[in-house]
Amino acid sequence: MDDLYRELILDHYRNPRNKGRLGEADISHEDDNPLCGDHIRLDLKLEDNRVRDVGWEGEGCAISMASASILSERIKGKSLEELGRLGQEDILEMLGIELGPVRLKCALLPLKVLQAGAHGLAGWPGDEGE
Amino acid sequence: MPTFKGIIDVQAIRQDFPILHQDVFPGVPLAYLDNAATSQKPLSVIEAVRRYYLLDNANIHRGIHALAERATVDYENARLKIAEFIGAANTSEIIFVRNTTEAINLVAHSWGRVNIGVDDEILLTELEHHSNLVPWQLLAQERGAIVRYLPVDGDCCLDLDAYDALLTERTRLVSFTGMSNVSGGITPAKEIIERAHQAGAVVLMDGAQSVPHLPTDVQALDVDFLAFSGHKMCGPTGIGVLYGKRALLEAMPPFLGGGDMIRRVTLDGAEWNDLPWKFEAGTPSIAQAIGLGAAVDYLESVGMDKIEAYEHAIADYALEALSEVKGVSTLGPSAAERGAVIAFTVDGMHPHDVAELLNRDGVAVRAGHHCAMPLHQKLGLPATSRASFYLYNTFDEADRLVAALRRAQQTFGLA
Repeated sequence: MDDLYRELILDHYRNPRNKGRLGEADISHEDDNPLCGDHIRLDLKLEDNRVRDVGWEGEGCAISMASASILSERIKGKSLEELGRLGQEDILEMLGIELGPVRLKCALLPLKVLQAGAHGLAGWPGDEGE
Repeated sequence: MPTFKGIIDVQAIRQDFPILHQDVFPGVPLAYLDNAATSQKPLSVIEAVRRYYLLDNANIHRGIHALAERATVDYENARLKIAEFIGAANTSEIIFVRNTTEAINLVAHSWGRVNIGVDDEILLTELEHHSNLVPWQLLAQERGAIVRYLPVDGDCCLDLDAYDALLTERTRLVSFTGMSNVSGGITPAKEIIERAHQAGAVVLMDGAQSVPHLPTDVQALDVDFLAFSGHKMCGPTGIGVLYGKRALLEAMPPFLGGGDMIRRVTLDGAEWNDLPWKFEAGTPSIAQAIGLGAAVDYLESVGMDKIEAYEHAIADYALEALSEVKGVSTLGPSAAERGAVIAFTVDGMHPHDVAELLNRDGVAVRAGHHCAMPLHQKLGLPATSRASFYLYNTFDEADRLVAALRRAQQTFGLA
């Protein structure tokens, strides 16, 4: 049995980091996963084209919520260009788990929202090569 | 343990379903509780489909040779079994389609386009599956008609006090589910149909959940159309049924055009075939129809009244056991008014996480909106988990559901 619900995931699910809206965000974007109804909204404040602050809110399963929480910690200080280069592998590495195709979307929704907001990318991260 | 377990011999029934006897992970046996999505198939159904392909496969109705004759006889014999199973007066009233969704779309396209006009009203309910919502919304959009909804109360039961006010002289159609695929609630079909008829409306019943689990008699109900799917009642996928009263079906234009649905074709037009073939254009799902006939034989050998009684008992038992788990809330009415479909929420856990963790204990349930988004919106829930039982499920599996839920709560630090 894998460790999908390892302590890291459950910790971020129960105690989400950077949760809440940012006033006067420079970038704000939201999206749903139509398959399961998970919803994420992400706010970014920028300084010199780098993420100075991040806030998010959403509803969904432990995987999508933990993914949003962990991602919000990792992107502080990163440039918009660096955000655009993040991919599926980076998220899975942050979460430290392996996922099947259905739950993969749960994990990728926060990154999808981030990249749509920052770069106007429409698709799912990792879909480009398929 | 309650004595009503003796209603049917579950252990003997389970021997007819080889798929149930497997470990989904090493040492973790399957508890299949996703029957509202699709049921498992007994050996007799698998055998009927296999025998058809091994010995009888041919296209039906046109062939003169021996195989074509056998295939035609078996296909039409399945229709007869289904007519008897739901109490239809005549096999001409049994139309083979792919599934419930196609049956409802057939009525919306064929009957709807002739009988629904500007400002006419279609009355649905808030309980409905998307397949009994979207075809009517599309039709209303196209025809300039109005869709209204009979509301549900906190137990997801239809509020029949609101029915009279919603039934108007403009109501052309009432379409409702016989049993909710979320709450398991059995709707008062007889009363709904009677009052609709008094108001001059035609009635369609979505039997996708009710026909597999309750005895059905279309003549006693006096329902105008009944739609149901084979795969939820021990039959194959790809086969479903539209029952319609003969006079209504005769007055309706064809749905799909093509082979088998015509009597004569010229370059200027065509004459339609008799019922039921007028609505069965193209080569149908022959093996699947024969498989559904075998499924009907199987269910009748157990007895639909016994299946209904057993499912009431297992629903009663499971609801009671779930009520003892802190943080778990079930939807829907009491066991007496429902089938064994139980949607529930777990405080502090998303339904997808619940389903994922139950799966690790071999318990197969579904999570999501179960194609009933309007009902979930009304209840203020984005999604629920759903356990649904059938004649081969045991009280022990209900216990395993509860035990797995407690373990899932422990994993999340909730218990």
